[in-house]
Amino acid sequence: MPLAPAIETNELRKVFGDNAAVKSLTLQIQQGEVFGFLGPNGAGKTTSIKMLVGLIAPTSGTACLLGAPLGNRITRARIGFLPEHFRFQDWLTAREFLTLHGELFGMEHSRLAAYTDDLLERVGLSTFRDKPLVTFSKGMLQRIGLAQALLNHPALVFLDEPTSGLDPVGRILVRDIIRELREQGTCVFLNSHLLSEIEVTCDRVAFISHGEVIRLLDLAALDTGQVTVTLRVTGLSQETASGLSTWAEAIHLDGNHLTLTARNEETLPEINRYLVTHGVAVYEIAPKHVSLEELFIETVGKEGGL
Amino acid sequence: MSPIFILARMTFVQAIRRRIVLTGLLLGICFLVIFSIGFRMINTSTIGAVTPGGGEGIQHIIDTEKSSGLFLAGLYAVTFLGIAMAALLGADTLAGEINSGTIQVIVTKPIRRSDVVFGKWLGFAGLLGLYLLLLAGGTALSILVQSGYVAPHLVAGLALIYLESLLVMTVAMLFSSRFSALATGGVVFGLYGLAFIGGWIEQIGAVLNSQTAVQVGILTSLIIPSESLWRRAAYEMQSPLSGLLGISPFGATSVPSLLMVGYAVVYLLAVLALTVRVFQKRDL
Repeated sequence: MPLAPAIETNELRKVFGDNAAVKSLTLQIQQGEVFGFLGPNGAGKTTSIKMLVGLIAPTSGTACLLGAPLGNRITRARIGFLPEHFRFQDWLTAREFLTLHGELFGMEHSRLAAYTDDLLERVGLSTFRDKPLVTFSKGMLQRIGLAQALLNHPALVFLDEPTSGLDPVGRILVRDIIRELREQGTCVFLNSHLLSEIEVTCDRVAFISHGEVIRLLDLAALDTGQVTVTLRVTGLSQETASGLSTWAEAIHLDGNHLTLTARNEETLPEINRYLVTHGVAVYEIAPKHVSLEELFIETVGKEGGL
Repeated sequence: MSPIFILARMTFVQAIRRRIVLTGLLLGICFLVIFSIGFRMINTSTIGAVTPGGGEGIQHIIDTEKSSGLFLAGLYAVTFLGIAMAALLGADTLAGEINSGTIQVIVTKPIRRSDVVFGKWLGFAGLLGLYLLLLAGGTALSILVQSGYVAPHLVAGLALIYLESLLVMTVAMLFSSRFSALATGGVVFGLYGLAFIGGWIEQIGAVLNSQTAVQVGILTSLIIPSESLWRRAAYEMQSPLSGLLGISPFGATSVPSLLMVGYAVVYLLAVLALTVRVFQKRDL
């Protein structure tokens, strides 16, 4: 029997007053997938996550998590969640905090004690295990929040801006943890506006704007092989430049700068050879892959969610 | 362990760690010390000393009335402290956690939202019970040690005072599930004030035989029956003589019926059920 999708939403909608925070969200995310949820501020990302984890009730539409309709209590035992504004019970120590949340997950005490220590080690907080959270920095709180979200060995984890408070070391840690989760077959729903973050961790991304998915992108397929190149040259005529159309398209010459999109990286030596044989002096060839950031701007527009 | 008990324990530990209990205890101990010294000074004063020709019986009655009066005055203060504690605990709990966002990692666990309400309620009920036991028990003990006086129906009276604080705490939780902590505090103290004034109108009305005033009092008791629980408690614990003499600041003239006590219990349960309902519907 095929696995039920990790997340399946159908025209999910949330209206606050007369403002539709999420217009109509339709998504299907498979188990084991690492899915990036991208959008400018105010696009409805957090509202969408809050609907999915059961913090707010949708105005209309339906959704299933791991095959069960939203709000199913038993399914919640298989879901982890790191909220955006990670504020926790700061009067507890790190270990007590994880024990409390493990108990709320319904985990057995005997299993919990050993696992809590492992997790604290994993997020780099084992030396702070008996320190109260009130003494923790923002980054440390983010780490303990992440540990809390992974406590129940979830099949599906929602991470809302998991790296927002973290320094580069913390970001690498989050990236590694997401990679491990993928290897374990856990579905990760990652909400972030750090595009480089998404680019290295996610299998697929959805761009959302004004509470609607405007583009779905398979990041593996994003690498089509096409490469945009900028060359610094002298002695290039428009005519010679036009001759490059054998290997490339979108050829544009601006003074000494030539930009073009080559079919693939292997054609670059041929382009160079062609230019040299036509008497062009080539000083620099800089290939540039199309980044998620460019796609984001292209899709959402420069004004973002404003 | 049931999520309700996990959350009750969490609530209890939270109050202890956040020094709410410590502050309450320090104030309570201050109160007990001042009360005990005051009682000692009044008890050993010459007022009411045996006049020649007066029998020991009269002396005994005077002593009893003195102890009874002071005991009820002390309990009146204890009740107020208990209500203030109940209102503060209840007002901050849901509103505070919703506002800070700490509630988000709780309610997304495989538990019911009602577990959160019941767990917190139970935790606070335990705290208020211990607090009142210390303060009211301390007051009763201080009087017992110094004068040998024990108020009649002490347990029933203290139970009613406890019920009153639970009622105020539950009402505070209801408003806290929908409004901010500050707004909740304002509303709850406002309601308490309404009940207080209503109680006095009823008392004075009873002395002046004004049926309308008594009905106004009963009406406010129906809106919030907190004050009537205190008056029933005072009635239970007052000395038989003060009962006959009529109005006193801390006793009861127009005595709330047992029906009103039953109403208060039903009222509390209904408010608790409504809190669960409001909290279940709330977007967090």
